[in-house]
Amino acid sequence: MLLIHCPYCDDTLPELEFAYAGEAHIVRPEDPSKLSDEEWRDFLFIRTNVKGVHAERWRHINGCGRFFNALRDTVSDRFLTTYKAGEARPDMTQLEAAE
Amino acid sequence: MTKYRVKGKGRVNHAKPVSFTFDGDRFEGVEGDTVASALLANGVHLMGRSFKYHRPRGVVTAGSEEPNALIGTTRGKGQFEPNTRATMQEIYPGLKTESQNKWPSLAFDLGAINDRLYMLFSAGFYYKTFMWPRSFWDSVYEPFIRKAAGLGKAPSEVDPDSYASRYLHCDVLVVGSGPSGIAAALSAGRAGSKVVLLDEHAEMGGTLLSEPSITIDGKEAWDWLEAALAELDNLPNVTRMTRTTAMGYYHQNMIGLVQKLTDHLADAPTAAPRERMWRVRAQEVVLAQGAIERPMVFHGNDTPGIMMAGAAQTFLNRFGVLVGENPVVLTSHDSAWYSAFDMADAGANVVAIVDTRPEVPAALVQQAMKRGIDTLVGHTATGAKGRLRVKALRVNPVRHGKVGPAQMLNCDAVLVCGGWTPSLHLFSHTKGSLHWDPEAKVYLPGHKTENVHIAGAGRGLWGIAAALEDGAKAGTDAVKALGRMTGTATYEVSNDRAGTGITQKELPTDRSAGKAKAFVDFQNDVTAKDIRLAVREGMKSIEHVKRYTTNGMATDQGKLSNMNGLTIASDALGKEAPQVGLTTFRPPYTPTTFGAFAGYHKGKHFEVTRRTPIDSWAEEHGAAFEPVALWRRAWYFPQAGEDMHKAVARECKATRESVGIFDASTLGKIEVSGPDATEFMNRMYTNPWTKLGVGRARYGLLLGEDGFIRDDGVIGRMRDDLFHVTTTTGGAARVLNMMEDYLQTEWPDLKVWLTSTTEEWATIALNGPNARKLLAPFVEGADISAEAMQHMSVVECTVGGFPARLFRISFTGELGFEINVPARHGKALWEKLWAAGQQYDICPYGTETMHVLRAEKGFIIVGQDTDGTVTPLDAGIGWAIGKKKPDFVGKRSLERPDIVAPGRKQLVGLLTDDPKTVLTEGAQIVDDPNQPKPMKMIGHVTSSYWSEALGRSIAMAVVEGGFDRMDQTLYLPGESGKPITAKVTSTMFYDPAGDRLKVE
Ligand SMILES: [Zn+2]
Repeated sequence: MLLIHCPYCDDTLPELEFAYAGEAHIVRPEDPSKLSDEEWRDFLFIRTNVKGVHAERWRHINGCGRFFNALRDTVSDRFLTTYKAGEARPDMTQLEAAE
Repeated sequence: MTKYRVKGKGRVNHAKPVSFTFDGDRFEGVEGDTVASALLANGVHLMGRSFKYHRPRGVVTAGSEEPNALIGTTRGKGQFEPNTRATMQEIYPGLKTESQNKWPSLAFDLGAINDRLYMLFSAGFYYKTFMWPRSFWDSVYEPFIRKAAGLGKAPSEVDPDSYASRYLHCDVLVVGSGPSGIAAALSAGRAGSKVVLLDEHAEMGGTLLSEPSITIDGKEAWDWLEAALAELDNLPNVTRMTRTTAMGYYHQNMIGLVQKLTDHLADAPTAAPRERMWRVRAQEVVLAQGAIERPMVFHGNDTPGIMMAGAAQTFLNRFGVLVGENPVVLTSHDSAWYSAFDMADAGANVVAIVDTRPEVPAALVQQAMKRGIDTLVGHTATGAKGRLRVKALRVNPVRHGKVGPAQMLNCDAVLVCGGWTPSLHLFSHTKGSLHWDPEAKVYLPGHKTENVHIAGAGRGLWGIAAALEDGAKAGTDAVKALGRMTGTATYEVSNDRAGTGITQKELPTDRSAGKAKAFVDFQNDVTAKDIRLAVREGMKSIEHVKRYTTNGMATDQGKLSNMNGLTIASDALGKEAPQVGLTTFRPPYTPTTFGAFAGYHKGKHFEVTRRTPIDSWAEEHGAAFEPVALWRRAWYFPQAGEDMHKAVARECKATRESVGIFDASTLGKIEVSGPDATEFMNRMYTNPWTKLGVGRARYGLLLGEDGFIRDDGVIGRMRDDLFHVTTTTGGAARVLNMMEDYLQTEWPDLKVWLTSTTEEWATIALNGPNARKLLAPFVEGADISAEAMQHMSVVECTVGGFPARLFRISFTGELGFEINVPARHGKALWEKLWAAGQQYDICPYGTETMHVLRAEKGFIIVGQDTDGTVTPLDAGIGWAIGKKKPDFVGKRSLERPDIVAPGRKQLVGLLTDDPKTVLTEGAQIVDDPNQPKPMKMIGHVTSSYWSEALGRSIAMAVVEGGFDRMDQTLYLPGESGKPITAKVTSTMFYDPAGDRLKVE
């Protein structure tokens, strides 16, 4: 069982308190009616399905209830970092340098 | 004293006899015995039959890696356990055990005929044999496989035992209590760390229990062990756990432990759990699991009486049992020589030590000579005589690769050592990499992914001095990793019996290798020939060889067989082992009971049961209940002599004729409040909310962004900035989650607050022409007359003296009210209405009647009439879409090409030609019953009931192009092959004009 850091609670807690919520940084278009069928299809269904560092959303559902973002390596299943909703995806090179 | 018990030997209590049964026969052991050691003390080696060929098998190990001696144990009613390793089960007075895979008896087994039908069962036999002829499948193959499948027999009664579950946090978790584990625990414990030391055996000490002759720091091994354990017990920061298996190693140093608490007790305390699952989160982990002795692969190597040399040494030194009086030792490692010496010193006549190596250390030969033991160096074993017990070992000299003439060595036991395999199962769970040591031909721990230290034989070190030194270092390293400083203890060891050896493929033979039954995997009956056949048939990776032959796929996960299998496969492929690969070990390390995983989650505690405030009233009035999400809901209220059908017909009639009362408290309720509440509702729901006045209510429809229906419910506007949203019973949490998601991440600028109020309110629905007459006298602060309170409205008032949100709405087509009062008043109000309702013959009804009444009106149930692929247009509720709204969740998807394409499945009514026939929900529909098979299914029935009001059956169905098929006849499967015919209709079966709502 993973330990996950909630950036709102600023605490590292067991996975049981959290729920996965899909890929991160997929923003709902301001005006969906302006999108072509293909663009709307991509928004709805097309995901990166990356082997490696994946930006994804989690919700501290049995805690503070907040949605936040995380970088997780899908190969090792390890969390690299978590950050608040609305913040930019952290630069991996800086993250590695900090380690 | 039993024949093979050695006086004064071992750690068992010779003065305390313990009797137990095996296959109905009474045996005597002593306190401290396992089933295996006690049977061996009685001269019994034959403890089971093999899985596939039913070959007689004897015990081969003294530990949890045992593949053969699997027994069933019975402790009482419902307390039968199959596949218990006889080497791990401690005996106690009255223990009942039985052997497995035998019929009619262990010594005479009819299934052993399989052994003669070898060709039928060779590698890949499942894939080849059972393919043809096809007609054989039902009559021959399947019954045969079912009878043969599985080890042992599954328990058939409910397990009455309880199982516990606990969490544990520690600084250093040490797995394994051999010399390296104890040294690690001492280092970490002395430094003040919170240490947990565990071992799967009843007693700690590991190898030290089998090596009493060495001395550590001037003390005899067992004295040193006693002192070391006493020191650990005196440290308040150290916990020791025996009979505890680390069964899985999970992310971030979480280790699952299973602690056996009562299986060794004759009289277990009644309240005691049988096992306890510990979920441990450790800062640092030390794996000190030692190494597992490898069998040798030669013809007849599975004959009872042939066992691991290290196991024989353990049975002698720990249990005081000689496994044979005339043993032969067959080895490629120095360690088995010491086993031979211990056996000889305890009075056995060791016939010979056969070593496959061309040369061995001279000192060993000298020690053998001193004891009068023959030594045959540079020899191979080519066969074993004896079926139920080994009688002789056939050995041949090997010179320059040529196998010389054979000789028979008469014996009653063969003690084998084909080298040692570091036990890296738990390390493998962490996805830590293994690197191949080409010298020792073993895998050793490589790159680590967790805060873990591997000590001792687990990383290829041999001998007790090395284990102690390495364990002490691992303990110190763990402490240092925690940021503490500490020194490393040193240990002075004398008489250590370190040694070396080699590992090898199947032994060379002078006989036809094709006829050899040289077993690699005892538990799954896989031979060296099977592995070579698999390679010949094209299996190139060990993962393929494993699945084709089933090598290593038994309950022991190949603890004994994997490395021998890999060595043979890599030889057959002409590649080095790392190029062939290594299969992955997965949790659990040893078979684990379902009970341990389930813990407290069984029976009533399996999952939460949510009850409404009115639940107890329903129970007192004889309701039948059904589970809905986590709720239990009153299903119907049967009266004397009524089945569900009759009760529901009566409830429907009473409600439509006078008044029915229904507990709707489980409906999800969410308060949407704040200055931007209207805007938020406009964006979430399909409907327009801006013009909905305070005090009015509206049916709300929620889509996913993909345009499919997710949820629905009536929503009342309480104030300009406050909506009372209801959801489906099962959808409440999902809807709140979805709302939170949009509010937090897409529209964080909106000033809206969401609060779950499902359990704050009790909700009572009154439906029927007399509903208002019954309710009105209870209402204060509001006028609920037909003129003052229209259908689809809401008012805050008091009902029966309780503050209430009173809705006039209807899910039945009758005049209806839903009264929400604070949950604590729910039952009191229900009882008041119930008492006053007697004058109108008030009828309580349950969810089944609710379903029928709504279906008569064509109201959908999300999740029953929709399945996640149904749009509002498909469901015929396009009117719920606010056409003028610029956007809402899912709006854009309603223009998707597939959504606007013709031929979508649409929700329609179905009326059977025979009004008495009630269709089966889920039944598939075709439009031409004469088309060739397979027929094209055009839809299925979603709801189907007997309608008492209409005196006939009704059904709803999703049908391809359904709206264009009105009055068309469709066909559904009926009994006796004759299709049922039904006509497509509107879903508005009853009172389509809605006149019944207009009650004055
Ligand atoms: Zn949080």
